[in-house]
Amino acid sequence: MHMADALVSPAVGGTLWAASAAMIAYSSSRVRKNLDERKVPLMGALGAFVFAAQMINFTIPATGSSGHLGGGLLLAILLGPYAAFLTIASVLMVQALFFADGGLLALGCNIINLGAFPAFIAYPLIYKKLVGRKTCQSRMVMAGVIAALVGLQLGSLGVVLQTVVSGVSALPFNTFLLLMQPIHLVIGVVEGVVTVLVVSFIYRARPEVLDSAHQDKPLGELPMRPLLAILIISALLIGGGLSWFASESPDGLEWSIARITGSDELPETDHKGHKQLAAIQEKTALLPGYSLPAETRDAHDPTPTAAEERIGTSLAGIVGGTITLSFCLLIGIFLKRRAHSQRIQASR
Amino acid sequence: MLAIDGSLLDFKQLDLLAMRQTAIHRLDPRAKVLTTLIFIICVVSFGRYEISAMLPFLIYPVVLMTVGDLPGGYLLRKILIVIPFALVIGIFNPVFDRQVIMQFGPFEIWGGWISCMSILMRAILTTSVALILVAVTGFPATCEALEKLGMPKVFAVQLLFLYRYIFVLTDESVRTSRARQLRTFGRRGLGIRQFGSMIGHLLLRTWNRAERIHMAMLSRGFSGEFHTTHRQSRFGREEIVFMGGWIAFFVLFRVYNAPQLLGRLFTGTMP
Repeated sequence: MHMADALVSPAVGGTLWAASAAMIAYSSSRVRKNLDERKVPLMGALGAFVFAAQMINFTIPATGSSGHLGGGLLLAILLGPYAAFLTIASVLMVQALFFADGGLLALGCNIINLGAFPAFIAYPLIYKKLVGRKTCQSRMVMAGVIAALVGLQLGSLGVVLQTVVSGVSALPFNTFLLLMQPIHLVIGVVEGVVTVLVVSFIYRARPEVLDSAHQDKPLGELPMRPLLAILIISALLIGGGLSWFASESPDGLEWSIARITGSDELPETDHKGHKQLAAIQEKTALLPGYSLPAETRDAHDPTPTAAEERIGTSLAGIVGGTITLSFCLLIGIFLKRRAHSQRIQASR
Repeated sequence: MLAIDGSLLDFKQLDLLAMRQTAIHRLDPRAKVLTTLIFIICVVSFGRYEISAMLPFLIYPVVLMTVGDLPGGYLLRKILIVIPFALVIGIFNPVFDRQVIMQFGPFEIWGGWISCMSILMRAILTTSVALILVAVTGFPATCEALEKLGMPKVFAVQLLFLYRYIFVLTDESVRTSRARQLRTFGRRGLGIRQFGSMIGHLLLRTWNRAERIHMAMLSRGFSGEFHTTHRQSRFGREEIVFMGGWIAFFVLFRVYNAPQLLGRLFTGTMP
């Protein structure tokens, strides 16, 4: 459920980048101020641990499929929200750079979806409240499962919102939501159970680790949490709003929005909408021979083009594209040859 | 099992590529990080039905790959592994977007297919430049560049710690996982319960190791800062030429659809 760059618009990606950067800056200052310095290398090690643990699969009972640990909630339980947030963000960054898993521009989205929700909402507002002061096994199981569920539901809701607002994918909001949320219900339960299993193992083996993690957090930080929640929500809203404006420039968002809100809106914004469509039409390259469905074309009728010309222009796109591609290839071959001959000369 | 070993090897190989000595590797990391980000922003800002205008952007990864002496097959394989994740979402486009956009005789091409192709194109471009960035810069240098560009120091230190531990811990998890595999029959023993205690042990070992290493670091005078620079990094003429040249290139091809113009020239449909 990592967001990819290919599905993100600059407005959405940029907004969430800014939001996550602000949260990283804030969390960094909290970690610097509040944590004992032993935790800094611990954060690094636990990040690597999550990374390593994700490589190991387990079978999910009754389904026959296999899953792996997500680790967000586990880190929050072990490290507390701020340190956990930084750790998850760092893991996501390594994944984005080394595996191209989730893009660089979409990194902000991923940090919010997979880091902020478990660290700032699922753990402090749900897990900690449900577990209470005294740690006992059954409450921990319940709290872990519920917290993981909520965290993952919020995360997948984030993915749906960001994808739909970006407007690169044509998936309608409702369909995408119905696709994502039930899957993440299952993933959430599994994640919760696994998290609790690991935590209760640690609790049995080295209870002092968990206790110190619980005590480390000064109580004075409570008022910041609602603030951070507001920050997340506003980030999402700004992201939405910004790309709504961005739809003034032709990136086809209007269509996806029209699809979500129902087609009522299209006739009202008739003229503008069609102008935008025409603008898109002109900008798009491989497909200038664009034929709108009959009813919409009647209303607007963009400069009537002959069928031959249309095919001619799409041909132009394809021919030009092929030439560009072969040009790229030639540059590659040329540079490779040159580098090769230089190396040979150097070795002489 | 092979899959885990393989992905670990992959990971190490990408890290090793950063040690090469080419003109691209020698550039200041900041120039490469910023150019990559601008590249990605330019690519994702294209309209959803754009394909041909993105093609010139392939030149950037191709040039970096060749000048940076990176193995093309290896990078291509890594890109191919990731692309399905974007396509899982993109493949729905033809289902929902059936607007006929192009017609070749009896064949109607829906908008969904075009935008799905566009997503594929974006995925290829954005994933390749991200991987190339690490391959020509290296992770520590990238972190350092980001820190110089304003990333908080605590986070930079965290990233460097993470990077150091990853190699140790992934090795260990591969060993653990292999041991489990050898002791299981069919699906027995691969369940959640065993996984829980296995991961718990891994976690405890990680915890102890972190404490031990931290004490060792403190006794050697670690003061909360990594000194990673191997290369003298400075923002000189090469960096300005590299950044300026590529940004001009990106903006130019973002504004003008070169393949389209070229095609018109060749097919004689110039307006």
